[in-house]
This record gives sequence, structure tokens and C-alpha cells, in this order.
Amino acid sequence: MMESNENSPIIRLFHVSRRYGSKHALVDISLDINKNEFVFINGPSGAGKTTLLNILYLGTPVSEGQVLIDGMNLSRISRKKVPVLRRKFGIIFQDYKLIPTKTVFDNVAIVLEIMGKKQRLIQKKVRSVLRTVGMEERQNSYPLSLSGGEQQRVAVARAVVGAPKIILADEPTGSLDPESAEIIFDLLKKFHTRGTTVIVVTHNRELIKKAGGRIIYLKQGSLQSSLTS
Amino acid sequence: MLIFFKRAVNDILQHRFLNTITIITIALSVFIVSALVLFFVNANNIMNNWKEGVKIMAYLESDAAGESIQEIRSKILEMYGVQDVRFISKDEALKYLKNRMERQSSLFDNLNKNPLPDAFEIRMIPLSQTGERIELLASEIEMISNVEEVEYGQRWLGRFSNIFKLLKLLGYAMCALFFMAAVLIVANTIRLVFYSRREEIEIIRIVGASDGFIKAPFYIEGLIYGAIGGAIGLAFLYIIFCFISSNVGQGFTSEFVIVDFLSIKVLCEIILCSMIVGWLGCLISLKHILKT
Repeated sequence: MMESNENSPIIRLFHVSRRYGSKHALVDISLDINKNEFVFINGPSGAGKTTLLNILYLGTPVSEGQVLIDGMNLSRISRKKVPVLRRKFGIIFQDYKLIPTKTVFDNVAIVLEIMGKKQRLIQKKVRSVLRTVGMEERQNSYPLSLSGGEQQRVAVARAVVGAPKIILADEPTGSLDPESAEIIFDLLKKFHTRGTTVIVVTHNRELIKKAGGRIIYLKQGSLQSSLTS
Repeated sequence: MLIFFKRAVNDILQHRFLNTITIITIALSVFIVSALVLFFVNANNIMNNWKEGVKIMAYLESDAAGESIQEIRSKILEMYGVQDVRFISKDEALKYLKNRMERQSSLFDNLNKNPLPDAFEIRMIPLSQTGERIELLASEIEMISNVEEVEYGQRWLGRFSNIFKLLKLLGYAMCALFFMAAVLIVANTIRLVFYSRREEIEIIRIVGASDGFIKAPFYIEGLIYGAIGGAIGLAFLYIIFCFISSNVGQGFTSEFVIVDFLSIKVLCEIILCSMIVGWLGCLISLKHILKT
């Protein structure tokens, strides 16, 4: 396994296809995403945007082709190595996917517990990240007592606390009001400036225009364009 | 490890009803199995005590003379399995009887003649005390001239040994059945707890949790079920044991029958087995769940 250096892409897709029975979710996708890029994946509903994201963290396997993530070939990865792969990512979902029975603090801390970090470090890092996303004062609250925007901020905190190499965000602002959406995007930009590769699936053209970065456009499972704005 | 233990405890507290049922089931299984163990341990001890006390009494004819008494003694000592031979004279026997029947001493006042015979009390080597050997020895002694009658109070011991062996086998079978039942109950509980936490487990998988991270708290839960269930089962057995022994009193124990509760070593072994039941239940359940 080779880690990518400064000049090589951190994500590489070679002729990747994904089928669900007779339905083609992705068709012959080849693309590279470099380190520290901010990439939007755009396209109409059913274009394969979420499928593409799922493939990257092995939420779904490829039907054809090869995927390299930071030097790891996903088609040759053993079951035991899948958690190692996933720890390279920080993932943000449209529906937040917070654990309802755990507090804000514990929802974020779980990532560091999984990584085997010591309690003292966990306390320090979690508080720091919650402060960054503006949720330190609500650390003992439960997700259901938070607004959508607040929950998504906690989800962002969970995604970044483990210092991942890549952030994947699937419609992170899909259920949020414009103000909250802007806060989330600002946070993603902030973490991007710290050296993290960010990939965002979104319909929000306003924010794409505002944020800048590369836009990968999918339609009916195929790559239509990959342009830097 | 502490993190896993905390998660296990949290899980148990979050599904109190389900976990209480599981722990009670284990406690009941442990109670029944331990009661069987208690019975067999004590029955074994009692039987061993009785075997040690096995005495064959050889009653002599009334006209047996001193020399022939010595001859009889030598013949018996030479027989296979005989440890010791003691001569009990008729006078000694009468004195012993009078002491035992002190309240009925008036019965002896009108005796003109000692009706009791001279006798030999024969003790066997413990290893030779099988039902068959005792019977054989008794019949050999009976063949000696001047021996009128041979008796042994534990004639039934041989038959009881066989019944006891059969009961032991049945006991093992019952223990195995209860063990299996407890394992399956734990497996089912873990399955239900797992499915109730399915969403959470899916989320922590996505953020990079390994199978080991996910499974560890469940295994600890299984061990906790076993430990607590085992302790409750044994405590309940002890309470019943104390209740019976305090209420039955002298009838419960006597000079020859002493019933003890299980030793600390056996108690620890039962708790350990109970914890293994919990752990096995988890293993069976998680192996299947994580495969699917």
C-alpha cells in the first residue's frame, strides 16, 4: 500500500461502474481528485452522486473498475481493512446520522474512541472541535433537542475530529435554512483551508458559485464534465 | 477496555426488562443445576461415609469354644478385602444394648440368661467395598463352621450405588439441557439488543469501527449476565438450603449424615460456567448477525 505524495491524486477512479440489477447507477467513471481540492458533485436526481460517494468509503462495492483511496486499492481490500479505510474519511449526511441515545459530546467522541485515543486527549479534542463549530455549550444535549442546523454542526464536528484526509458531505445543507446552510459551508471551507480534501454532493448552485472549487457534473450515471470554477 | 465495559453497562441499563428476563433465566438454570450438584455432592459424601462404616456382623453359635473362636478369626482375616476383625463377646453386646436402651432397662431385669451370641465385627478395606464384594464376603464367612448367621446393614448399598449412578447420568443430561437452554436465551437476547441498536451500529461502522469494537461490549454483556445470573441462582439456593436446614434441624443431619453447602471452589466453578454460558450465547449470536 502506498500513500499518495503531494503531487499524486488522493482519489483515483478507473472505469468505475455500479449496477443494481439491470439499473446502471454509475457508468464508466474515471476521474482523479487531488489532495486539498474542494470538489462539488452536481447533477439531477438519480445521476449517481450519492452512489459515487458511497463507493469511496465502501458503503457500496463497485461492479466494475478500480478505486484507489490514498494508495489503497478498494477492490483488493480485506474486510478487516475496511474500518482503516473509513477512518481516512469524515462523512456528513443529509440526515445527520447522529446517535440519538448519546449526547453531543459522546457523538463526537466516538470517533476518537474507535481510534483508540486516550480519554484525556478525547476530552481536549472534542471540546476544541465543538468550540470551532459553535456547539461547546450544548455538549451535554441530546440530538433530538437540537435544531437541524445544530445537528448538522455536530455532524461536521464528528466528521473532522479525527483529522481525516478527506471529508465527504452528501447534501449537507439539504434540510437546512439558508442561514444554517451558509454556516455549514463556512465550516467546510475552514477545514479545507487546514489541508483536508473536501467532496460535497449538493444541488445548491448558489453555494457552489459562492464557494468556488471544482465541479464534477453527473447525468444518468455518467461523467459529463469536471471543471474548475 | 473500560470504554467497552461502560458501553456494556449502558446497554444493560437501557434494555432493563429484556436483560432482567435473561438474567433471571440464567439464575433459574444455575439454581436447578446447582441444586443437582448439591444433591449429588452430598449424596456421594453420605454414600462414602456409609461405605466406610460398612460392617459385617458374623454371629457365632452358642457352643463355639475359645480355640475355634481364634480359628474363625484367623480364617476371616485371611479373606480378601478384610481390613479388621473385632470379637464382641455376648457380655459386651448385652452391656452395649443396655446402654442404647436405657429407658427400657426394665426389659433386662427379668433376663436369667444372656440371649445374645458372641460375634465378630468385620470391617472391609474401603476399596473393596463394592456391593458384589460385600455379598461374596458375607457368604464366605457364612460357610465357616460355628458361624450361625451373617448380617450387614448396608445390604441395599450395592443396589443404591447403581441407582445413584443412573441418577448421576440423568443429572448430567439435565445439566446439559439447562446449559443449552441458557445459551440460546442469551443468544436471543443479544440478537434483540443488537437489532435495537442497529442504527447506532451502522453509524459507528461508517465512521470506522471495527468488528471487534462493535462486538466487545456484547461479549462483556454476556459475561455480566452470566456472573449476575449465577450469583443470584446460587444465593437463592443458599437461602433455601439455610431455610431447610434451620427448620428441619436434627432431622436434616445426624451422626452419620452431614449435609454441607457447596464449597467455595465449586461455587466459583459454577459462576465461571455461568459466565461461559453468557459468553457462548454472544458468540453464537454475533457470529451469525455480523455475517449477514
